[in-house]
Amino acid sequence: MKAVAEPSPVVLVDAAAPGVPQARGRVSRHRSIVIGGAILGAVVLMAVLAPALGTVDPAQIDPVARNRRPGAERTVRNADGTQRTLKYWMGTDSLGRDVYSRVVYGARVSLIVGATVAAISSLVGLVIGILAGYLRWLDNLVMRIMDGLMSIPAILLAIGLVMLSRAGLLSVILAIVIPEVPRVVRLVRSVVLSVREEPYVEAAIALGARLPRLFVFHVMPRTIAPLIVQATFVCASAIIVEAILSFLGVGIPPETPTWGNIMAEGRALFRIFPHNILFPGVFLAVTVLAVNMLGDGLRDTLDPRIRKRL
Amino acid sequence: MLVYVVKRLLATIPVMLVVAVVVFSMLRLTAGDPAAIIAGDNATSQDIAAIRAKLGLERPIVEQFGIWISKVVRGDFGESFFFKRTVASLIAERIEPTLALAVLTLILTVCMAVPLGIVAAWRRGTWIDRGVMGLSVLGFSVPVFVIGYALIYVFAIHFAWLPVQGYQRLGEGIGGFLERLILPSVTLSVIYVALIARITRASVLEVLDADHVRTARAKGLGELPVLIRHVLRNASVPIVTVIGLGVALLIGGVVVTESVYAIPGLGRLTVDAVLARDYPTVQAVILLFSVAYVLINLLVDLTYTLLDPRIRY
Repeated sequence: MKAVAEPSPVVLVDAAAPGVPQARGRVSRHRSIVIGGAILGAVVLMAVLAPALGTVDPAQIDPVARNRRPGAERTVRNADGTQRTLKYWMGTDSLGRDVYSRVVYGARVSLIVGATVAAISSLVGLVIGILAGYLRWLDNLVMRIMDGLMSIPAILLAIGLVMLSRAGLLSVILAIVIPEVPRVVRLVRSVVLSVREEPYVEAAIALGARLPRLFVFHVMPRTIAPLIVQATFVCASAIIVEAILSFLGVGIPPETPTWGNIMAEGRALFRIFPHNILFPGVFLAVTVLAVNMLGDGLRDTLDPRIRKRL
Repeated sequence: MLVYVVKRLLATIPVMLVVAVVVFSMLRLTAGDPAAIIAGDNATSQDIAAIRAKLGLERPIVEQFGIWISKVVRGDFGESFFFKRTVASLIAERIEPTLALAVLTLILTVCMAVPLGIVAAWRRGTWIDRGVMGLSVLGFSVPVFVIGYALIYVFAIHFAWLPVQGYQRLGEGIGGFLERLILPSVTLSVIYVALIARITRASVLEVLDADHVRTARAKGLGELPVLIRHVLRNASVPIVTVIGLGVALLIGGVVVTESVYAIPGLGRLTVDAVLARDYPTVQAVILLFSVAYVLINLLVDLTYTLLDPRIRY
C-alpha cells in the first residue's frame, strides 16, 4: 500500500478527475457498463416478454415440421378450420420444436440461474467470510475447507453434485453455488482482515459496539463494492456452467428450453443443421459477454484497489 | 529451501483431506442406500447385501472412510459397474488423450497469450491494447463448446481441412495425432489465453515503469531485449502463478472439449460415468483431477526461486 502515497504516473491518471468523483457518475459514464448494461437489459426484456414476441409453445413437438432450416414456413390448420402460416425464424429441431421460441424462452433459465447463483453465493460467502475474517479460531478451519473445495475444478464439482440429486433447476443452482462460495469467502475475508485493523473499527469497539452491530455497520459496508463486482463475474460463470451442464445432458431436463439443451439436441445433426447450435450459442455468448463487460466496468469504477493500480 | 518444500508439502495434506472427504461423501450423501445405487436397478437383495458387506457399510462412517482412503492411496478405486472392470484400468486407458490435449493446449496458450499480453502492455492505451483486452473479455464469454462447434464448422466442414472429430493415438503416427488434436487444443486454449494475456499485461505494466527498465533503455538496449530480459523476467512470477491456477479452467474445459470432439479421454469418461451414475468412476476421476491440480500448483510454487532469485525460503 506504500505505492499509493508516492507520486507516480498512476496517481496522475486519477487527478484528471479532481477530488473524489461520485461513484454513481462514474458508473453511468463508463462505456463498458453502458454497453454491457444495455445488452443485458435487452436480454432481460426478451426473457420477460417471451410470450409476446411471436413465440409458440417452446415444448410443442411437431412431427411434420422436423429439421426445418431457418426461415422455413409452414401452413397449419387451426381448430376452427382457418389456416395460418408459421414462420420458423431459426428453423426447427429434430422433434419439430420451434428453435426461435426455445431460444427466447431459454433466456429465462439462464438469467434465473445467473442471478440466483450470484445472490446466494454472495450471501453465503459474505456470512462465512465475515465470520472467518473476524473470529480467529474459526478462520483456520474454514479456510482449509475452502481451499479443499477450491482445489476441485468447479465444473467437475458441479457435475458430481448434480449427479447426486434428481436433475432440476434447484439442484443445478445448488451444484453451481457450492463451487463458487469459496471464492466469495476468500474475497470477503481478505477485506475484513484489512478493515478490522483500521482505527475507526477500533474506535467502534472502544465505544462498546457489539459484534453484530460491528459487522453490520462497520465491516460489511466495506465489502459491498468488491462483492458486487465479484457477484457479476459469478453470474457470468454460472450462466456458462449451467449451459455446459445442460449441454452435457446432466443439467436441467431436456424438454425445458435452455440454451444448453437446445445445443445438446442439435449435436447429432450438427453437420447438416448447424442452426440449432449457432443461434443459442450466439445468444449465450452475447449474454455472458454483456455480464462480463458490466463486471469489468463495475470493477474499474467501484473497486478502489484496482483503480489505484491500473 | 528444503524446509520450505517440506512445509509446503505438509500444507497440501489438509487440502487433500478435504477433497477426499468431499469425494467420499458424494456417494453417502445421496438419498437412499449406496449399496442399492451401486448394484443398479436389476439387482437382487443378495447382490445388495454382498456389496454392502464388501463396502463395509455396517461399520462406523469414520472407519469406512479409513478403509476407502487406504485403498485409494494404493490405486484401488474399486470396480466400475457400468464398464464392468476396475476403475484403475479404465483410467489408465483414458489418460493419454487427455494428457496430450492438455499439454498441447498449454503450449499453444503460452505461445499466444504471453506475447499478446506483453504487446498490449507495451502499447498501452492504443488500439492494439484495446483489441487484445477486448478479445480477452470475448474469450471469457464464449463457452468452450460454442467455440468448438464454430471451429468444426469452419475448418472441418466448410473448408474440410481437418477431420471433424475423433482421436488417434500418438503411437499410430504423429501426423494424424496432431491433425485430430489441433482443433480441440485451439478450442480449449481460448479461455486460457484470455486469462493469461490479461495477467501478463497487468504484471508487465507494473514492471514497465521501473527504474531498471529505464536504465536498460538508457544504456542503448533494443526494445525486444528490454522487454524479454528485463521486463518479462521480473513479471514472470504472477504469470506462472496464474498459469497454475488456470489449470482448473483447463480441466473443466477438457470435460467439455472431449465431448464435443468425441475424444476418448478422462473428460469424456467423466460425462459417460455421470450419465450412467457410475459412482466409483466419477469419484476416482474427480479425485485424480483435483490431486493433479493441487500438485501442479505445488510445483508452480516451487519454481518461484528459479524465476526470481530474490525469493528465498
